[in-house]
Amino acid sequence: MEAFVVSLFAATFRVASPLLLGTLGELFAERAGILNLGIEGTMFFGAFVGFAVGSASGSLWLGVLAAVISGVLSGFLMGLLAVTLGVNQHVSGLGITLFLTGLSLFSYRLIFGEPKVPPSIQPFGQFSPFEGVPILGQLTEQYVLTYIAFALVPIVWWIMRRTAYGLQLRAVGENPEAVDAAGVSVAGMRYSALMFGGGLMGAAGAFLSLAQLGSFTYGIIAGRGWVCIALIIFAHWKPIRVLWGALLFGGVFALQLRLQTTGAQLPYETFLALPYLVTILALALAGRAAAAPASLLKPYRRE
Amino acid sequence: MRRIRIERAPAPLGLRLAIPLLAVGVTFALTAVLIVLAGARPLEGYYYFLIAPLASRVSALEVLVKSTPLLLTGAAVTVAFAAGYWNIGAEGQLYAGAIAGAWLGVVLHDWPPALAIPMMLLGGFAAGVLWALPPALLKVKLAVDEVVTTLLLNSVVLFLVSFLLNGPWRDPISGWPQSPEISSSAAFPKLIPRSRLHLGFLVAVVVIGVLWYAMSRTGVGLKLRATGLGFRASRFIGVDVNKTLLGAALVSGGIAGLAGVGEVAGIHFHLIDALSPGYGYTGIIAATLGGLNALGVGLAAVFIGLIETGSQNVSRALGVPAYLGDVVQATLLLVTLAAFILQNYRIRFSSDRSRDNPSSGELVEGEIP
Repeated sequence: MEAFVVSLFAATFRVASPLLLGTLGELFAERAGILNLGIEGTMFFGAFVGFAVGSASGSLWLGVLAAVISGVLSGFLMGLLAVTLGVNQHVSGLGITLFLTGLSLFSYRLIFGEPKVPPSIQPFGQFSPFEGVPILGQLTEQYVLTYIAFALVPIVWWIMRRTAYGLQLRAVGENPEAVDAAGVSVAGMRYSALMFGGGLMGAAGAFLSLAQLGSFTYGIIAGRGWVCIALIIFAHWKPIRVLWGALLFGGVFALQLRLQTTGAQLPYETFLALPYLVTILALALAGRAAAAPASLLKPYRRE
Repeated sequence: MRRIRIERAPAPLGLRLAIPLLAVGVTFALTAVLIVLAGARPLEGYYYFLIAPLASRVSALEVLVKSTPLLLTGAAVTVAFAAGYWNIGAEGQLYAGAIAGAWLGVVLHDWPPALAIPMMLLGGFAAGVLWALPPALLKVKLAVDEVVTTLLLNSVVLFLVSFLLNGPWRDPISGWPQSPEISSSAAFPKLIPRSRLHLGFLVAVVVIGVLWYAMSRTGVGLKLRATGLGFRASRFIGVDVNKTLLGAALVSGGIAGLAGVGEVAGIHFHLIDALSPGYGYTGIIAATLGGLNALGVGLAAVFIGLIETGSQNVSRALGVPAYLGDVVQATLLLVTLAAFILQNYRIRFSSDRSRDNPSSGELVEGEIP
């Protein structure tokens, strides 16, 4: 029983890592007033670029860097549509997801062909600073990227709450007119939020291809981007709450994987669907309007 | 001296009609890069992509087969978007319809086709409505954003399908994760022998026709479009906005459900988890490309069907990955979105005197030497 619980918690941290990275990325965008539905595609593209560069160069970290850059570029593309052109954010975000998904699959096929066994690389290893200590050693046996993901939570909180940049970012999402009147570029803030957030989404994808799997597959993201969209509402757009949400969702996923192998009575799909249903329920109870940035979804035009 | 300025005003009609064509041209220019990267010549690529599928009767009919679900999801998205209800859930509603079709197709095995087939359509529509109901109710009762809820239900329905196919509906004979084959009396008849074109295409054409009529010629359509233009103004002129939104959301779900029934009863005859390669999302492309006008959406859906068929062709003939089709569709969507911005602006050349006209909000001004 103890071994089961310890391995469940260790797995929870692992599963929560890409969710954390993706949701913190989306947090930047939404706090600045842009709903970035390109997240699913940006993560997919990041997973692909990370794997392609990682396997071509032989350096996993170069792969991560490339994935982050690919995410920054995806964020820039979203900015072009949603900020500069002021296009509907739902449709442009979905369009970016479709575009990046198609582009990744096309490029993957072009580079790697159609091998029977998908190509793979030696992924990141896990390590623990408490090697040999019972329980604690097993719990902290994680990827470096997991440590980075969790360290980003207080960092993002600090940026949002304690820096001038964070204040301006939140103000852009609440009242862009005021920010504009104060002489800060609304478009510039929104671009920076989208590109910074996109970088985190790219890293989330690279976590899956370079740490968790060591390969790139068609179903590598499998709706995790949409989970991040749900998580952010669940977390009321607050970084610390994102942490709890990601751990909760990660825990349910990890539990589900274990129940699948033990042959439990309930079908495992019930557990997979649970986070989605809980989010919808949370939305119904809280109502989205309560906590969402006031100017979310509204393009800014100086009148 | 002559001045040039860009005003925020409707562009001339000619330009507005030319925008989709312009978007198609720009898209092909951009995606030509990928064809070159794949080691083929762009013109040759686009021949196999766009012309070759229409050259033979078999593949031309296949274009219509591929466009059948897109006509329906495109129509579904159009109804919702036109009313200002952002239904991203056509994919999930399609699967809900498919589940109903797979179930009814087995249950109705002793019904004559003349009764079983209408029942299939009705059941698929109802299932789509049912799957669209929770987000719609949350929207009108509690003002919960429908984008997130409809999107999340797309994932939930896939788990439901996976549960059914791995559990109670697993094919007892083959053991494959697919539902038992539907009975022949519930299968859609072929419209043309020795092709895959089935009754679903006719249904889709009728839906597009009815949608066009309802949107442009009836009071209901007028209320729908008024709601889409602005909730507050619509309330002011006496439109029951919540009722309109609810109606649009449910009809949208029902039409998407029909697409699911069509794929089960006309193409696969089983429920499988890969029933739709994202027809619900592609429907959003068709609806946007068609400018939320039923006839435009119909044309766009057939055009996307051509791209889908053509991408298989390019892959076979030139070895360019068939995913090129997905990239072309998505690029087309993004370029169209950007191009539609053009239709709100008008470039005007004027002499100095007419500058004093205060009516227009001028944005950019420059001088032509």
